[in-house]
Amino acid sequence: MISSLTLKMLRDLWGMKGQAFAIAMVLAGGVATFVMSRSVFESLTLTQTTFYRDYQFADAFVSLKRAPESMRTRLAEIPGVQTVETRVMAQASVQVLGYEQPVTAIIVSQPDHGQPILNQLHVKAGELASPAAGNEIVISEAFASAHGLKPGDSLLATINGRQRRLRIVGVAITPEFIYQLQPGAIIPDFKAFGVFWMARTPLAAAYDMEGAFNNAVFRLDAAAKEPDVVKAIDLLLARYGSVGAHGRYYQTSHRYLTEEFKGLNQMAIMFPVIFLSVAAFLLNVVVSRLIATQREQVAILKAFGYTTGAIVWHYVSLILMITALGAAMGIAAGASLGSAMSSVYMDYYRFPYMLFHVSPSIALTASAICSVAAVSGVFYSVYAAARLPPAEAMQPAPPARYHVSFAERMGLGRLLSQPSRMIIRNLERRPVKSMLSVIGVAFACAVLVTGQFFGDSADYLVDLQFRVSQRDDMTITFIEPASRAAMHSVLAMRGVNYVEPFRNVPADFRFEHRHFRTSIQGLTPNGNMHRLLTRSIKQVDTPPDGILLTDHLAGMLGIGVGDLLTVEVLEGSRPVRQVPVVGVVNEWIGVYGYMQLPALNRMMREGSAITGVYLTADSDAQSQIFRDLKEIPRVAGSTLRLQALRNFYDTMAQQMLFFAFFNTILAGSIAFGVIYNSARIALSERSRELASLRVLGYTRGEISFILLGELAVLTLAGIPLGFVIGRSLGALMLMGFQTELYRFPLIIQHSTYAFAATVVLVSALLSGWIVRRKLDHLDLVAVLKTKE
Amino acid sequence: MSALSALQSDQKVVFHARDLRKVYDMGEVQVHALRGIDLDLFAGELVVMLGASGSGKSTLLNILGGLDRATAGHVEYLGKDLTTADDRSLTEYRRHHVGFVFQFYNLIPSLTALENVSIVTEIANNPMRPQEALALVGLADRMDHFPSQLSGGQQQRVAIARAIAKRPQVLLCDEPTGALDSATGIVVLEALDRVNRELGTTTAVITHNADIAQMAHRVIHLSDGHISEVHVNDQRKRPEELSW
Ligand SMILES: Nc1ncnc2c1ncn2[C@@H]1O[C@H](COP(=O)(O)OP(=O)(O)O)[C@@H](O)[C@H]1O
Ligand SMILES: [Mg+2]
Repeated sequence: MISSLTLKMLRDLWGMKGQAFAIAMVLAGGVATFVMSRSVFESLTLTQTTFYRDYQFADAFVSLKRAPESMRTRLAEIPGVQTVETRVMAQASVQVLGYEQPVTAIIVSQPDHGQPILNQLHVKAGELASPAAGNEIVISEAFASAHGLKPGDSLLATINGRQRRLRIVGVAITPEFIYQLQPGAIIPDFKAFGVFWMARTPLAAAYDMEGAFNNAVFRLDAAAKEPDVVKAIDLLLARYGSVGAHGRYYQTSHRYLTEEFKGLNQMAIMFPVIFLSVAAFLLNVVVSRLIATQREQVAILKAFGYTTGAIVWHYVSLILMITALGAAMGIAAGASLGSAMSSVYMDYYRFPYMLFHVSPSIALTASAICSVAAVSGVFYSVYAAARLPPAEAMQPAPPARYHVSFAERMGLGRLLSQPSRMIIRNLERRPVKSMLSVIGVAFACAVLVTGQFFGDSADYLVDLQFRVSQRDDMTITFIEPASRAAMHSVLAMRGVNYVEPFRNVPADFRFEHRHFRTSIQGLTPNGNMHRLLTRSIKQVDTPPDGILLTDHLAGMLGIGVGDLLTVEVLEGSRPVRQVPVVGVVNEWIGVYGYMQLPALNRMMREGSAITGVYLTADSDAQSQIFRDLKEIPRVAGSTLRLQALRNFYDTMAQQMLFFAFFNTILAGSIAFGVIYNSARIALSERSRELASLRVLGYTRGEISFILLGELAVLTLAGIPLGFVIGRSLGALMLMGFQTELYRFPLIIQHSTYAFAATVVLVSALLSGWIVRRKLDHLDLVAVLKTKE
Repeated sequence: MSALSALQSDQKVVFHARDLRKVYDMGEVQVHALRGIDLDLFAGELVVMLGASGSGKSTLLNILGGLDRATAGHVEYLGKDLTTADDRSLTEYRRHHVGFVFQFYNLIPSLTALENVSIVTEIANNPMRPQEALALVGLADRMDHFPSQLSGGQQQRVAIARAIAKRPQVLLCDEPTGALDSATGIVVLEALDRVNRELGTTTAVITHNADIAQMAHRVIHLSDGHISEVHVNDQRKRPEELSW
């Protein structure tokens, strides 16, 4: 037999179903963000780990000039090394039919028969390359889909100066190249760069590597100390032109993946933390106001001899029902949004599978946080009501003390109608409640801003990076450091207006016990093509001596202006030098050191070597330049500034924006839920008073004006405050959102504010409309029949 | 020998109050609602408390019912001190011993008449069946109506059914007819009278209507926080004989 108190709870719940649903929506928004973000992130990490394991991702890597295959056994003898696999890796320039821009590829050898031991291929279409035909290749999936290539197609590749036709027999992915980056680039361009696999014998033949290798990958014992093994490998291979072995940390794909996941993880923490706390706060406010309207019923139950505990439980269970609904909705929404988002990430990263799962602990944590917030709201208000002697609580709340409002004292009274005066007095009478309502609206508005502003940041970053800082039309990189003659041959090309050389030296930067691998860019003194900027967007020139560091890099190394940076060069004879840090520059993408080109050449004790050139060209000369470039054998690749910009949006930014977009949807549900609730509670708190006014002859319009006018004032006051809070929350989010790949500046455009304000206003109008309809059906007789 | 002394000699004292005071502290002003009340109520008697609005009637009744606490003085219920009782024992006391009827019925809007009674019987020790209680007040045919579907008089009778269903020792009614017309009021008073007679429930009824006083064993007049007069009715009127 169901108890009357339970019955009351269920009936009350049904009676407030609209409001209960809106509360559930706020909660669902918070829970969904949490569930979605965490499960997507956990699933991505799990998928990565599983993919790494299933396809034998190597633990250590080394590239060198050339070593005899006999070194393999020496490498295998290094303590801690479990497996060694030697490989041939070749650079090639590629021509894809119908694509005019230069394309480069890395061709990795696979054993003549079967899968490699390490970094195995997941073949998506076709099969592995066999050695017999001598020209079979497997191509990476990203490249294949960027160009629409499939098994059976062929392309032209120049390997070691000789052009040959390669036949595609398969499309594959591997853990080694989840992120496919052209050496030196920081933004992937799937059309301009590909990874191919070819059987070892034909590749070695084509690349003059018979009986030799120029790359090796290692599986280490679980107990092995990576730095020791790396050191031992370096020792063995130094004389074979090794540029230094490294573990996974510096493996390009892994590193970018890690950095990108780090960024996603930050979002997957910050969004839910912010949303859930906002939802929890709002829930607390909404619930305590809701319970406050039950003050009289609390008193009756007390008068009958119900214990405070029983009464508290009665309302707790009511709220728990709503919480359960909200949590269920949130978990369902979070799981399905998360699953949708995961499949987008799966496509993007081209994982062979996506292990999407929502771990119960995520769902439980989110639900628990919300329940605690809601229930504490109940406790507070039920206690407030139950603490009073029932005799007192049963009295209608004493007529509130109104004052002549401040506005009226200011002499504005005569300008105000009686209803306007009621609005103002009511707001002033309950400053705390009014303030809470304003804060509620403000938070609703703020979460919308935080969900949305990433787009603004990305736009600003792109504008700064690709329009203000980078001024060239095209960047050309040579296969090896070249002389200035190479620059002149570029300048001589038809359509090229201006060139500026640069030198790029990969290096390990060390300061105290910290170190980081990146590269030094040598820029032309007073150059124009790559402008370095301060945080206040003032141009800084490279100094004649010393090095400038990206501010984020300086932070990572803990180095300041005046300190001596140790630079371990990772090419040629690998010299180690000390360079004074003379300044920091502000950059949002990547981290680098910058020197004046002559100073860098001096440091390298080399002539006037360059790695590439920036150029500007006539806009209609592009095709011509691409054709001519193919004739220059030393060109490794070229990037178009505008293309890079597009790629940035297509890749990195998209991941973030996509994430932010989902959160914006949830922010919208939070915003609406909060505003609708405020309106409904205001209605139930004041319906008696408003009905009395109706009895006294006020029109529907007039009483609606009193209530809705008050809501309008609160909403309008909440919006600007929401902007301020939104901005602070944005800053908070970005604080944890600094990776080596990119940092996002806190930029919030007017359009974002306008968007947030619009959602709030539309929610308010919709809520107002619903409340207005309820006001039209206010039961006047009921007011007369009962007390007050 | 008056009816009262007959009652007093063989009936035990249910409420025993001495120098009961209640001060409401309103910040700037202090409201002295009760200024020293000495009062005994006896088992089975029906007392009417009369007095002008603001004279302290509700305050006194609320203190007797354990809904509020006195500021000073003391009051005993069957020898147990209510003034020093903690919240828990007051809750116990209300749950098992007291039935309340309020001027504004205070039914729970989301529960039917029957359920409004059940909500009290479910936590009582030896209650009537809710149907029985409703039949006692003549509402057997309205059990499944919600408060909003009942007239004021019917709502008040549900409230009485709710108050008596637990078979309380005392029934405290604060202006039970205050919101009703006289014909409806009489139906309600008949219900109270019947409970008092048939169950022997000690009953205190507040009113500011002197006519109602004629149905009481005793009439207690309050003014300005004092008992100004106690009057014993030698000839009680039956509720149906009243009119106002
Ligand atoms: N909760 C309260 N707070 C302050 N003053 C109160 C409160 N309840 C009653 N009073 C005051 O105490 C006095 C007695 O009230 P009450 O017992 O309700 O009178 P009655 O029921 O006889 O009309 C009145 O002056 C009233 O204003
Ligand atoms: Mg009263």
